[in-house]
Formats: sequence, C-alpha cells, structure tokens
Amino acid sequence: MIEERFDAIVVGAGMAGNAAALTLAGRGLKVLQFERGEYAGSKNVQGAILYADMLEKLIPDFREDAPLERHLVEQRFWIMDERSHMGLHYRSDEFNEERPNRYTIIRAQFDKWFSRKVQEAGALVICETTVTELVQDAYGKVIGVRTDRRDGEVHADVVVVAEGVTGLLGTRAGLRQMPRPDNVALAVKEMHFLPRETIEARFNLKGDEGTVIEAAGTITHGMAGMGFIYANKESVSLGIGCIVSDFQKTGETPYGLLDRFKRHPSVAPLIEGSEVKEYAAHLIPEGGYKAIPQLYGDGWVVVGDAAQFNNAVHREGSNLAMTSGRLAAEAIFQIKSRRDPMTSANLALYKKMIDESFVMKDLKKYKDMPALLHTQSQNFFLTYPQLVSKAMQNFVRVDGTAKADKERITLKSFVAARTWSGLFGDVFRLARAWR
Amino acid sequence: MTTTEVSVRVEDKLFQNRYLVDAGRAHIKVRPHTVPSPALLALLTACPARCYELNGKGQVEITVDGCVECGTCRIIGEPTGDIEWNYPRGGYGVLFKFG
Repeated sequence: MIEERFDAIVVGAGMAGNAAALTLAGRGLKVLQFERGEYAGSKNVQGAILYADMLEKLIPDFREDAPLERHLVEQRFWIMDERSHMGLHYRSDEFNEERPNRYTIIRAQFDKWFSRKVQEAGALVICETTVTELVQDAYGKVIGVRTDRRDGEVHADVVVVAEGVTGLLGTRAGLRQMPRPDNVALAVKEMHFLPRETIEARFNLKGDEGTVIEAAGTITHGMAGMGFIYANKESVSLGIGCIVSDFQKTGETPYGLLDRFKRHPSVAPLIEGSEVKEYAAHLIPEGGYKAIPQLYGDGWVVVGDAAQFNNAVHREGSNLAMTSGRLAAEAIFQIKSRRDPMTSANLALYKKMIDESFVMKDLKKYKDMPALLHTQSQNFFLTYPQLVSKAMQNFVRVDGTAKADKERITLKSFVAARTWSGLFGDVFRLARAWR
Repeated sequence: MTTTEVSVRVEDKLFQNRYLVDAGRAHIKVRPHTVPSPALLALLTACPARCYELNGKGQVEITVDGCVECGTCRIIGEPTGDIEWNYPRGGYGVLFKFG
C-alpha cells in the first residue's frame, strides 16, 4: 500500500475527472488522479463539441492555448430518408464573436492539454494505471482505491468517481446499477482527413468557422439514434449511434449503419476522397433524469457519464460532465474547509448543488423524452422521416397537379401511416415530454 | 432481422487504430458454454469491432485484440453472466490518437 494519504482521489481523466481534479488542486487540496490510458485522452471518445461557458468557469483564458478546432457559426438538423434530407439550418455571423460559444475539438488532443492544466494546478496525475476496485472499510465507507500497480492500494478522505459511462467500479462496489441496454446508446465514429480548403469549400466556411450536422431518420433503420458530422480544421468527425437494446433486437451492425450513412447521397460528397485515420466506438448515457443513480455516499461522489449526466435532446454531455466535476470539487472543498468528515450526510451538499444547477434542471425538463423516443422509435425515426420527405418532394416538385390536390395527398399519407388519433397522440406526447 | 452487410470490413477500419496488445491477458472472457445464449448471439452483431465470432462448434468466442473498449458487450452480456469484463491493464488496449 502507498503510505502517503491524499485529500481526494479522482478516478479518470475525462471532462468530469479533470474538472474535479483541477478545482480541488486549485483550492489547495492534495489530489491524486488516476488514468488508465497512456495519457489523459487516449481512452476518451466524443464527437466532439466543447461548450465554452462551462470551461471558462474552470480555465477563464482557455482560448489562449487550448487545442481548439473550429468555432461553430452554424447548426444543421437533417431529417433523412434513403435518398433525401430535409434540413433546418441556422447560421449566424453573430457567432463570429470574440469569445465564441461552442467549438469542435479532438478529445485526445484536448484532454492532454486539460490534464496539463490539472498538473499545473498541483494535482499528481498518474497515467497507465487502471483502478480495479474501490476500497471500502467494514462499514461500507469508501476509503481509497486499488490499482493494478504493485502495492497499488492508496487511501484518501474522498474518492471522486469519474470513470465514465461503463461505470465498472461503482457497480462492482454496489454503489449503483449497471446501465440498462435501453438506457445507453452505442456510437461509432470515423475521423476523415481532408485538406483544410476542401473542408471550408464543402461546408461553406471561412477561416476557423465551423459547422455541425445532426441527422435523424431512416439512416438508423427504425432504431432510436442519430448521425452526426462535425467539421474540424483538417478533418471531419462522422458517426452514428443507436440505443444498445435496439442493436440487440434488430441484429443491425454499428459498422453497417456507419457505412450506409457515409454512402447516403447527402453525405458522400462531403467526405469524398478523405483519408480515414481512426475508427472509434463509445457508449453514451441516454436514460436521462430517471436513470440518474445515487450520486454520493460515505467517502465518494460520482460525476460525469458515470452519473449518466447527458442531455440526449440537446446532445450535450461534456458540459454536464465538467459542471458536475466542478460542483463535486466545490462541495468537497466546503466540507474540508469546515473540517467536517466526508460522510454521506455532508456530501449530500454535492447533490444539492447539482439540483440547483442547469444540469438537473435540464435533465428534469426532458425526463419523459427518452421513454417516448425509445418506445416509439419506429414512428419517430422511420415513419415520420419518410412522410416528411415525401411531403417536401410533393411540395417542391412541379408536375401539373393542383396545389390543393397535392396538399390532400400529403395529408392522406400522414393519416394512412399513423391515423388521426395516432397523429394527435404523437404531437401531444411529444409536446408533453418537451414541456 | 435485417441482414448484416458483409461488404463492410471491420478489420480494415481497426487497422487504422493504435493498440498495445496485452498478450495472453484478455480483459474480456466468454463463459464456457455449449449452446450460446441470446445475449451472446447478440454480441456477434452488436460489437463494433466484431471481436465476437462463432467457432466451428457453434460457440461464441472472443478475440480482444481489436477491442475499442466501448463496453457494449458488458451492458449486454454481464448481467446474464455470459461474459466477464474488466478494463485492460493500465497503458494497454486501444490508444486513441483522436478519440
């Protein structure tokens, strides 16, 4: 066992773990952080979009040296069927501001930078070390961690579990259940490299401007899921993800979906001639508010993906991760300053802070959305996209049919596919879940 | 059931990735069986790195070398007791260049 004792151990160097370690070390606590990858970031996968506001709260001047790709000036939503997409497209020059709001990033590079900031703040970061177990005393209080190093047990007053979505340590220690297959999505992603000018021409961008495309529809074959295309400086991140239980039920393969998405006539020209340099996969927490586990206990708190903090509707996760890591650290600092013990009753402060933040407010707002989208996936991800595509084509194609007749055809197609009560029911359920 | 697209070569995709293989220490193990359970059969298609394959006797086998450590098989196969899942030893496994 390592004799040295720490105020806090942080397990994992993703967004949540780094936010927690940085905040704790910055407040003068003695922090030890473990990361199983060869460096922070080498096991982390995300689309990825960075939300400036949440990072500014940790590192106000991050724009000076963080490895950022492009600042987003545009968001495109696509509803796709086999050969078409209907888009909603928002672009504003106001996003070309001094302190842009969102950026595309490449996680392996970004996390390495973030980890350097954590070390500069004074935390001891040990990579290439897997934490295998949370160490508990006879009363179940978490008192430290065991790693795969020789004499790898080390103790601390509190352990911040930032181990990511899979959550092995927490489930093994009985702190929470493993995520259910219907509460996580599996996303696969490729990195497509292209010359900078090619990306800018194809995506209609100037300089460091960036855009993201989020796509839903028949590309997921009736499964609940989405595709995404993010423009980086010299690469395009392209991926698709669906709920794991849907993969289980349908026998669809993730790489089969990815390749069909890439071959779609709306997508293929964007990546034509690219060189693919990596294929990655990752789980995404999709259960929302109702899937959030116990967040604290004697000697521990859980943050980020391991706590299932992900807003599936807005495709936000890393900001919830950073915020939960920071709030956990602030709660620990307050308890420590009062010289109080890291008991469950005291660490409940973290939950209180989370509840008062946008993290829990947003997740609560959409608490019924996951159930709706996952149980009605055939309608929302297959039937409606097909109907919408046909309706749009009918609307724009000029073929001598009277406009009133065209409208009747479109209306009939919706009623035939979903019935009147089905249509009203869907609108009602969607509105209620969104509220 | 829809058909798997045989044209997609996962090996070619994985070839782009960096790995440090921990020879002789597989971090995922399949429980010995004679007839695979539905959960095990699901892993044949759900695993994004196609690590799970049927052997000549119709049993599900795993080769972890190309594993991208997503955890999907744990979510599907651990509750049923079909697989035993651990993180690879520190420093080993997939080493994402971009992530």
